[in-house]
Amino acid sequence: MKVPVSWLKEYVEITLTIEELARRLTLAGLEVEELRYVGLPMPASRLEPTGGAHARQETKISGLEWARDKIVVAAVLEVMPHPNADRLVLCRLDDGSQEHVVLTGAPNLFPYKGIGKLEQPLKVPYAREGARIFDGHQPGQVLTTLKRAKIRGVESYSMICSEKELGISEDHEGIIILDDDAPLGMPLADYMGDVVLDIAITPNIARAASILGVAREVAALCGTPLHPPSYDFLAEGAPIEGRAFIQIQNAELNPRFVLGLIEGVQIAPSPYWVQRRLRLAGMRPINNIVDATNYVMLEVGEPLHAFDYDALQKRANGHPPTIITRTAKRNERLITLDNVTRVLDDFTVLVCDTAGPLSIAGVMGGAETEVHAGTRNVLLEGAAWNFINIRRTIAAQNMSSEAAYRFSRGVHPAMAARGVARCLELMRQWSGGKVAQGLVDAYPLPPEDPIVEFHTTDVRRWLGIDLRADEVAEILQRLEFKVEVEGDLLRAKTPDHRLDIGTGVIGMADLMEEIARIYGYERIPETRLADELPPQRVNLRHEVEEHLRDLLVDLGLQEVMTYRLTAPEREARLLPGEVEMDEAEYVRLANPIAIDRRVMRRNLLAALLEVAERNARQETRLALFEIGPVYVPSKGFELPQEPLRLAILMGGGRVLPFWQGATDGHLDFYDLKGVVEALFRSLHIEGIAYQAAEHPTYHPGMCARLLIDARELGWMGVLHPSVQAKWDVPDFPLLAAELDAELLLEVIPPRFNLVPIPAYPPVREDLALILDAQVEAGRVAEVIRQAGGRLLVGVQLFDVYQGEPIESGKKSLAYRLTYQAEDRTLTDEEVAKIRQRIVQRAEQEFGAKLRAV
Amino acid sequence: MLARIAQIEQEALNALENAETEEQLERWRIAHLGRSSPLMKVFESMHALSKDERPSVGRRANEVKSALESAFAARREALQQAALRRSLQRERLDVTLPGRPLAHGRLHPVTRTLRQIIRIFASMGFQVYQSREVETDEFNFQLLNFPPHHPAREMQDSYYVDTGEARGDNPVLLRTHTSPGQIHAMREFAAQNPMHPPPVRIVLPGMCYRYEQVSARYEVQFTQVEGLAIGENVTFGDLKGTIADFARCLFGESVRTRFRASHFPFTEPSAEVDFECFLCRGEGCGVCKYTGWLEIMGCGMVHPVVLSNGGYDPRRYSGFAFGMGPERLAMLVYGIQDIRYFWTNDLRFLEQF
Repeated sequence: MKVPVSWLKEYVEITLTIEELARRLTLAGLEVEELRYVGLPMPASRLEPTGGAHARQETKISGLEWARDKIVVAAVLEVMPHPNADRLVLCRLDDGSQEHVVLTGAPNLFPYKGIGKLEQPLKVPYAREGARIFDGHQPGQVLTTLKRAKIRGVESYSMICSEKELGISEDHEGIIILDDDAPLGMPLADYMGDVVLDIAITPNIARAASILGVAREVAALCGTPLHPPSYDFLAEGAPIEGRAFIQIQNAELNPRFVLGLIEGVQIAPSPYWVQRRLRLAGMRPINNIVDATNYVMLEVGEPLHAFDYDALQKRANGHPPTIITRTAKRNERLITLDNVTRVLDDFTVLVCDTAGPLSIAGVMGGAETEVHAGTRNVLLEGAAWNFINIRRTIAAQNMSSEAAYRFSRGVHPAMAARGVARCLELMRQWSGGKVAQGLVDAYPLPPEDPIVEFHTTDVRRWLGIDLRADEVAEILQRLEFKVEVEGDLLRAKTPDHRLDIGTGVIGMADLMEEIARIYGYERIPETRLADELPPQRVNLRHEVEEHLRDLLVDLGLQEVMTYRLTAPEREARLLPGEVEMDEAEYVRLANPIAIDRRVMRRNLLAALLEVAERNARQETRLALFEIGPVYVPSKGFELPQEPLRLAILMGGGRVLPFWQGATDGHLDFYDLKGVVEALFRSLHIEGIAYQAAEHPTYHPGMCARLLIDARELGWMGVLHPSVQAKWDVPDFPLLAAELDAELLLEVIPPRFNLVPIPAYPPVREDLALILDAQVEAGRVAEVIRQAGGRLLVGVQLFDVYQGEPIESGKKSLAYRLTYQAEDRTLTDEEVAKIRQRIVQRAEQEFGAKLRAV
Repeated sequence: MLARIAQIEQEALNALENAETEEQLERWRIAHLGRSSPLMKVFESMHALSKDERPSVGRRANEVKSALESAFAARREALQQAALRRSLQRERLDVTLPGRPLAHGRLHPVTRTLRQIIRIFASMGFQVYQSREVETDEFNFQLLNFPPHHPAREMQDSYYVDTGEARGDNPVLLRTHTSPGQIHAMREFAAQNPMHPPPVRIVLPGMCYRYEQVSARYEVQFTQVEGLAIGENVTFGDLKGTIADFARCLFGESVRTRFRASHFPFTEPSAEVDFECFLCRGEGCGVCKYTGWLEIMGCGMVHPVVLSNGGYDPRRYSGFAFGMGPERLAMLVYGIQDIRYFWTNDLRFLEQF
């Protein structure tokens, strides 16, 4: 909502500076996004927009200041041809102190060329030598200073300005011709300097989408009186009665419809001050009749529509027209003003006459009955529409208009008659027509303006401030509520220009907002919660999830967080060969923004590999992890499941590049396994089984399935070469693990016990066994532990060897065994006995032989 | 004989001067203190001396022996010291060479920021509550006082889930904010004691989704942290105090906060909260775009409709809610220009934290 301050001042006195006003409005919920200066002096720091240090500026500021001594109201006395150029003219002009000859190419002066001295001089904005204005010939707003120059042999040092040059609008079609009563020689800034407040209107303050609406807020905030415009009109024509009729078919959708009539209008441009206001408010002037409807919409917030009355009569075969409002038939068509053929839905409301549809109610008119240059008689519509239905209509038709903007946020039906009355009077003043007496007013469904009852204790309990009933009443009265006070009970009746106040406890909260806004959020004291503290609980799941992150970071891994929207084919790259994923396995979006983000991920590993691709150029080593949900559709009406997963991806140099050279090769399966084991150890999870198994993502001989209590905890391994080939990643082996974090959280023991530090020295000895190469080391260690019994406290594999002198097909596993008793130092004989047992069992189980050392 | 001893001593001491290495020193020891050294010969020839001569010669020979021994020890010590000095001078490192790099892990910046926020609120008694990301229109909008076609829905364009079946006016969608968790939490707590529901103090962190064209400022997914406090005596003043405490914990003791009236369907009154710029302290700088303020969060008193939907009677209970974006906070604090950095995981970005 663009609000010229000069217009605002018609309805409320403003005692604050513009910047303070902007601050107050912003704090009260009418956020001033920008202050655009159009002539008035700008705050000092912004005079030089290009240079110097910035000063603090709470509101964004733009625009142009018109120097009072350099830009003034002047009068063009005569328009003469240029001796050397057909497309330029010379103007003899009086700037209030002397005459000048000014050169211009403005097409709107050409009609006056060569007709001699003008009977009625043209009032224009005149910029003297040295004035700073915007360059009319460059796109956007580029500052320029007027300098003396010769143009086609004629000296030029000053200028008659266009709206663009003065920063009023983008219009550079011609120079501004001011109203005749503009005082000659007056600084232009004094005559029409302005500031435009650009205010963001949130849905709850739709009532302020008008100059009057903003003025009402200003009046309430500043405690100054509001002067609304008069809704009286001078009616000198014949009564409207019997000359137009209204039929409303659905009062829920169209609670009110009002018609007024003005006859004998002369279509012409509006006075310049009207055009300027419309432009500053962001609308384009058309003619005095259409401008009047737009002016009143901006002024009081009621969108209006002007019909050519004669065209309507013609459609009614010379009879008085009957306006019918009804919902469209399915697939009914209408060509709107923007020349689009609209195929309508059955909920869309149409304004029709007996011959057919005229316009989409509250949104846009049709072409046939539009006001045009020859229009003499105008039928004026002001109506009220159901805002939800207007929203559905503009969403379905994908259209917008200033009218729809307001109707789709809710306009009180009481405004319809006011808008029509106000507009008829302005049309009369600007077009010379005669207004028919009275209005045709169909008002089948007047809204009930809610009455809200509440106590001052509610103010205390909701806002935390103690106000007396009369103080609360005074605040609400400033916003035009009618308030009755009985002790500490208040009864507030909502004024008939707003629809945002509810009933009962909702109305109570609505009023709390109004009280807080006008009282001032900044005046409400900061207090510390004094209410009872809820029972404090531990969110174990959250804490353990965060603990997992910390552990993996401690293990040297970088956490990543990736997009949770992906595409099945992106995850298909985790499988070798040409694979098509079943889309039904995914949570699919009905309205994806991009085809490659059309489903929710089922997998974290694909996202980690995408991170690896992104970093492939930079990184010689990768060690990444992510913890987050994947999304699994459920059957029927159940919402999808969102189980937590943990994935790790590693690869590249085991050590980071260092100047001593000698790298330690690439990370391999056992580096990953080291990380995984350390994770489980830190969590005190015991009994994880690593089972050699096959999974299409992994190398068939370098892959393990992780089990705990026979439940699958996840997979880990070296990426299958055919899978890795599908990714643009370096060619070192990539190691990946994917764990079911839900199960992981479940199996973490809630507590663990420490073992005492032994009091007696351990006995350590090494033992090397030669056995078949296929035997899994995990099984050997298990057998050794069993055979060793409780005195064998440590079994550490320190060497695995194949090759000379070991017979081919065999391997050597060398263990460091630690024996220890809690209560004594073990003797050599005791240790020898245990060792004997171990060797025997190894021989029985695996045919293992002791390796001669 | 005494003259002979003096000569032996003198010769030995002279020779010791020339011993420069361990071997020379050892040879000297054998030559001058060994069994066949001239001094030992003197001891051996003692028996040939007269009874009168013997004591003085013996005493003198012993004196010389210990003098030579200590001269030997001193010489050896001096040589060792010299050798150590030489080797210390040789053994020199270039201390400006880089150290051996350690591969260490880091948390993602969003995790860091989330934790920072959660930690501050935890100290005020707010506990973490998490809820699902795939939601229904009912929980994401309707129960939060966004009726169908409500204008505020325009600000939160949603991704809808293709469920393969008509769900009428309750489609499945990706939550556009963590607020559905407010309803889940309130209902869960209220169920414990429907006649007298317990007070609520929670923070709700999590991933949210909006149907936006990705740009430097907007992402299709973003994390959010909301807070919710409900009780029989929770006021707008408490909201202001809680947020002011948070601001001070986050940006420092003297930091000011500013509440601007705003609109959210699920709170009333509603406010946007600006924190005084942490960099310029309100003077105006590039971070705050010369306004002195940083827009950090939205908040307000929980709307009566939302309280009722959660099982809390708005005539008896009141509460406040607030919400903020960790990415936005991190962008301000670390001067990050592009929100897409967070999910694309360029390690050149992540490794700076």
